[in-house]
Amino acid sequence: MKKENFIWSALKIGLTSGAIAIFICLIGMVDVFSKRDVVEEVITLGQFVLLATSVMAGLLASRRTVHLLGREKWTAALVSGLAAGFISGGMVALLVLLGDKVNLRAIFLNASPVLYELLTFGKGVGNIWVLPLMGALGGLLGGAYLYLPGRISHPVNRGLFIIVFMALFAGLFRVIFINQGPEMEKVAKYLFGQTGLTKAGALIFFFGVILITVFWTYRGAAVRAGVARLPKAGQVSLRVIAIALIAIIALALPGVSGPFISQVIVTVALFILMGLGLNITLGFAGLLDLGFVAFYAIGAYTVGLLTSYGPFGLQHISFWEAIPIAVLVSIAAGFTLGLPVLGVRGDYLAIATLGFGEIVRLLAGSDFLSPYFGGPQGIIGIQKPCIGVLEPFVKMDVPRVCHPIWTGDFLFLKNITIGGELGTPQTIYFVAIAAALLVAFVAWRLRESRLGRAWMAIREDEDVAEALGINLIQTKLLAYMLGAAMAGLGGAIFATLIGSIFASSMQLIVSINVVALIIVGGMGSIPGVIVGAIALIGLPELLREISEFRYLLYGAALIAMMLAKPEGLWPSQAAKRELHHENTEAQL
Amino acid sequence: MRTNLSERLLDLAVSVFMWGFRVLIVAVILIGTISTIQAGKYTSEQWIDFVVQGISQGSLYAMIALGYTMVYGILRMINFAHGDIFMTGAFGAYFLATWLNNTGFIDSNPLLGLLIPILFAMLVAAGIAMLVERIAYRPLRNAPRLVPLISAIGASFFLEYAFRGFFGPGVYAYPPINALDGEWQIFGIGIQKVQVVVAVSAAIMMAILYSIVMFTKVGKAMRAVSENKDTAALMGINVNSIIVSTFAIGAAMAGAAGVLNSLLFRQINFMIGFVPGIKAFTAAVLGGIGNIPGAMVGGLVLGIFESIGPSLFLEGLGIPRPYQLKDAIAYTMLVMILLFRPSGILGERLSTKKA
Amino acid sequence: MNKRLFAVLSVLVLASMMLAACGPKGPVETAAPAGYECADEFRCVKIAPGEPIHIAYWGVLSGADSSLGEDSKRGVEVAIDDKGGKLLGHDILLTTEDAGCTPEGGATAAAKLASDTSLVGLIGSSCSDETVGGIAAISNAGLTTISPSNTRPALSAPDRGPDYAGYLRTAHSDAFQGKAVAEFAYNFLKVTKAATIHDGSAYAQALQQVFADEFAKLGGTIVAQEAVAKDATDMKPVLTTIAAAGPEFIYYPVFVAVGGYVTAQVRDVPGLESVYLAGSDGIFTADLLKGGGENTKGMYLSSPDFSAFTGDYAGFIAKHEAKYGGSTLSTFHAHAYDAANILFAALEKVAHVDDDGTVWVPLKALRDAIYATKDFAGITGNLSCSASGDCGAPVIAVYEIVNADPASWNPADAANPNPKKVWP
Repeated sequence: MKKENFIWSALKIGLTSGAIAIFICLIGMVDVFSKRDVVEEVITLGQFVLLATSVMAGLLASRRTVHLLGREKWTAALVSGLAAGFISGGMVALLVLLGDKVNLRAIFLNASPVLYELLTFGKGVGNIWVLPLMGALGGLLGGAYLYLPGRISHPVNRGLFIIVFMALFAGLFRVIFINQGPEMEKVAKYLFGQTGLTKAGALIFFFGVILITVFWTYRGAAVRAGVARLPKAGQVSLRVIAIALIAIIALALPGVSGPFISQVIVTVALFILMGLGLNITLGFAGLLDLGFVAFYAIGAYTVGLLTSYGPFGLQHISFWEAIPIAVLVSIAAGFTLGLPVLGVRGDYLAIATLGFGEIVRLLAGSDFLSPYFGGPQGIIGIQKPCIGVLEPFVKMDVPRVCHPIWTGDFLFLKNITIGGELGTPQTIYFVAIAAALLVAFVAWRLRESRLGRAWMAIREDEDVAEALGINLIQTKLLAYMLGAAMAGLGGAIFATLIGSIFASSMQLIVSINVVALIIVGGMGSIPGVIVGAIALIGLPELLREISEFRYLLYGAALIAMMLAKPEGLWPSQAAKRELHHENTEAQL
Repeated sequence: MRTNLSERLLDLAVSVFMWGFRVLIVAVILIGTISTIQAGKYTSEQWIDFVVQGISQGSLYAMIALGYTMVYGILRMINFAHGDIFMTGAFGAYFLATWLNNTGFIDSNPLLGLLIPILFAMLVAAGIAMLVERIAYRPLRNAPRLVPLISAIGASFFLEYAFRGFFGPGVYAYPPINALDGEWQIFGIGIQKVQVVVAVSAAIMMAILYSIVMFTKVGKAMRAVSENKDTAALMGINVNSIIVSTFAIGAAMAGAAGVLNSLLFRQINFMIGFVPGIKAFTAAVLGGIGNIPGAMVGGLVLGIFESIGPSLFLEGLGIPRPYQLKDAIAYTMLVMILLFRPSGILGERLSTKKA
Repeated sequence: MNKRLFAVLSVLVLASMMLAACGPKGPVETAAPAGYECADEFRCVKIAPGEPIHIAYWGVLSGADSSLGEDSKRGVEVAIDDKGGKLLGHDILLTTEDAGCTPEGGATAAAKLASDTSLVGLIGSSCSDETVGGIAAISNAGLTTISPSNTRPALSAPDRGPDYAGYLRTAHSDAFQGKAVAEFAYNFLKVTKAATIHDGSAYAQALQQVFADEFAKLGGTIVAQEAVAKDATDMKPVLTTIAAAGPEFIYYPVFVAVGGYVTAQVRDVPGLESVYLAGSDGIFTADLLKGGGENTKGMYLSSPDFSAFTGDYAGFIAKHEAKYGGSTLSTFHAHAYDAANILFAALEKVAHVDDDGTVWVPLKALRDAIYATKDFAGITGNLSCSASGDCGAPVIAVYEIVNADPASWNPADAANPNPKKVWP
């Protein structure tokens, strides 16, 4: 191989990062992000993103140089970092110059005067030299960062990360803090502005995290050793305390954080339910199902039809009575949809199931079946779950009234209510969490069972599994039916959470999300499903306000996660071994 | 093998069910067809129209399906972003064609006005596909089978929303070629010029592609790599560059399909690739994935069924608004074909074990 | 060394926290004696000097329908610009929540808005489905939202239920629109055989049904009612089916994509070469001309009556052009502009301003003030809000497209309007 020149590599990295910076400008990200701050009055998110490209360019170029020439050639490393940053910033400057001469807006909508003004800090083209200069500075910073000793760069890293993280979710934290009362409101307004962190907030988070990191670096080992030295009883009680703490936090969370966080957690829990279901069919038994939303839809529509007080309600029974029926109907659907495609293998199965998912959605929303399923107008008026006594159904469009189990005073507590209607995200939260825990337990027990091992045998090799006496049809069907049951349960809770269902909610994208979260979490791993759901469903929900770029970042994150951790975020032991094995095979 | 009575009974029940299922579907189709024909709502010209419309849509599916099938043949990977490559081609051609149209070039040279944007779209699509391959797929070549699928889904989202960022959520209209207005009389049947041009160009391109794969050195290398990567490498084939050129050729076909699609339907926006992508994948499976003539047949069959099916099968059954269920027909047919022929119409060239 | 580093950091953190302790005290204490007692049934939002007045737009900002939401959002942004970005001496902060045109998206977006106590008012949602999913959370949080583009009749029906207490709209209800088109077709065009197409959306399905019922009531015959998938592109087969039924008039109140495809392909189907075409406000946009091409010429579209627009619509379009380049994306930007201005007017009416500039917004009073809006001079007409939340002026007109060039789109132009009003 030809020996690589460090100047050339710096140039290449600079050009790539410049192209990325221009991309970021042209998709309108700089424009939109400049309305949000990382630190108020110091740096906007837009500026931060652009600066980050230069710093990254500098860092990469310097690292490459160090790799080529060795660590002692620090001038060369810094120069290449500087050059890469300079080129990166310079390319953006060229974009501005070009845009000043040619009407780029005829093609790229975001190449607007607003963008140029932002890029030149409101000073016009005359100010253009600032961009390469800033880029060079950023590149130099990136290069210099490489020479920071690990015990400094590590905490600084964490500190910067926390600033960006806090800034991204500043609005969320601010709202939660403010809702805790006037004292917390002061704290919130001190730390968080409307669009980002305040200066003081940034300093506190930065140094706070550095402090913790430094402390943990020097004392962490001692603390861990201390815990390990504890007598057995002590360790057990420590664990009990930890579990109790988690439980208390989980119980108090919806009350403290308000409806939005609860809504997001419920959504995540629903996807965990679906994920656990698909984890059985795909993760355990290896059957790729791209139409999993069908079972979700079937569960949702069953609950809707059985409990709705709207025009399509059939039985007007309570949510609790409808749940087992919904699960049974889903199992039956799993059986009937599973049977025909049993003989189909591999990716044929994927497209066949995709077809089933689409057929279910199309039929549910069609005029053909609209007398039963409401067609595009959907099923509305789904009864909320009730803990207590539910009055009988009176007439259409009037929900059944729910009486709590008990209201009154208890000792010194006044006006307490036990039970009542679970009408808000904060209350349905408990239903969803309980369902997710239950299903996770079932999935865990299943995996350890004889059936679970049969599934995995099929996943590894169908023919061998059959030769070993595993009945393929029976085992695969069971995987389908149990997976469907879990997704159906999720759908049932979804129906009551939203209070109405429309066929348009049952899009292919839901199935794709479920497959993605399983792979991202780690195929076949139960904690992986939970982690995957939080990463792929929870985070995008929390970032709702950058709606335009949500899916862009989602797509980029999917690619990045697969490149960085192909085995998933929390892989099962078997998958780890397998991947390792395949790697060695590839090297041979 | 164990010969447990209950298990044998189960197997029997399953096969009875499967046969019942097949008979049921066939019976439903037959009843629908017969009663539609008896009702006599449509003239024979209208039936021919249905078929012609199906062919022009189907040849687009076929062109996109080729990319799926070729990539699948070599990498055993569902390239989910392929539909969006189709969209990028359409956008690329749009800007060039608009400019050509404004200068009056398309009106004076209709043939070049058609070909130049197609070539440009092929270039754009191939370039983007190579970029996607380099960034999102190549590092994952030895990863478990589903990992590249997720990466491809990510690439699909990324492309869609990057283009939404560039060009906004609105609709763009591909400039029509005035010379293609009106009809040609072919065997006494009036057929729209655009439909003829789309079908003929698709046929020509697919013929070119097929001869590349069958008769050139690159094509031979592609086939070798799809049979066995390691052996091909031992024979002195640069596997990497063959994979890249597979992506590029498949993408070029999709890009050209993007232009033809724009000629037929005018509208371009950032989501136009998603549904045709899924349909083309269906078509590829329909014809037998990994099989190039299969993709063409699958595309045409799918297009024709979608066009004719709702009127022919569903209307006779008294189902209202049958065209709403057009896609349901497509997928039902897919499942049915997989039931009767688990490896597609023409069969796949790979053994089932690999899939 | 390590210990020293640790000590330095500790000092820094302590110092930041001290700053935290004494920082905001000043303004808080001076604000208190100004003495505004909040007597609102819900609560009051306090906006201290230097803080912005926070409003939010929620609607569809991602996915295939995002031009609908983006269009309305721009209407709100232009309204804010017209106020100079300021209200009662405070900056206006507009945040957006994507609701994705689905009920679950609406529910999540609404939950987020409901938990933000700094919000004073909302504009949204875009799609009626989003409102169905989210409105309960918004109403219960004491917030009020004005939708610029929901047209589902049930949303402002008198029996819509308490969940809708915080819901108003400047868009018209489809009950008016379907009827107007039926009368136009039967009385003005004198056709007796009509066909309809919908795209499976709740909007189109309901609207074409209203039309079909009204048309039959007038004495006409509905010869075909067809539907296609929202993402279909090849319309020729379904049009061939319709041609077999022999209609004189085809009504397809769909969204832009399907509308463009149908219009572009309809003339190529034998038997439909000269049939009348009509759509509604969902495709009342220049994008239809792009998608439909030459065939759009002579097509009829129902829409709010621009000649009943009392305000400066042309001026709005000019500002929009300057700010975003290119034409408007959909139909309801003007409604969004009016919705924002109704909100601002109500805010200015009910807000209490302290001497130091602190603004208090009582939310129940604000909601009541919005409901009490009367003869508000918006660009879509003189708007008065009904007790069931209808603020729109339901004056529907039918327009004819006279020029297929998208650049000529300007229904409000005095001299050369395109499309041109033909009825009533």
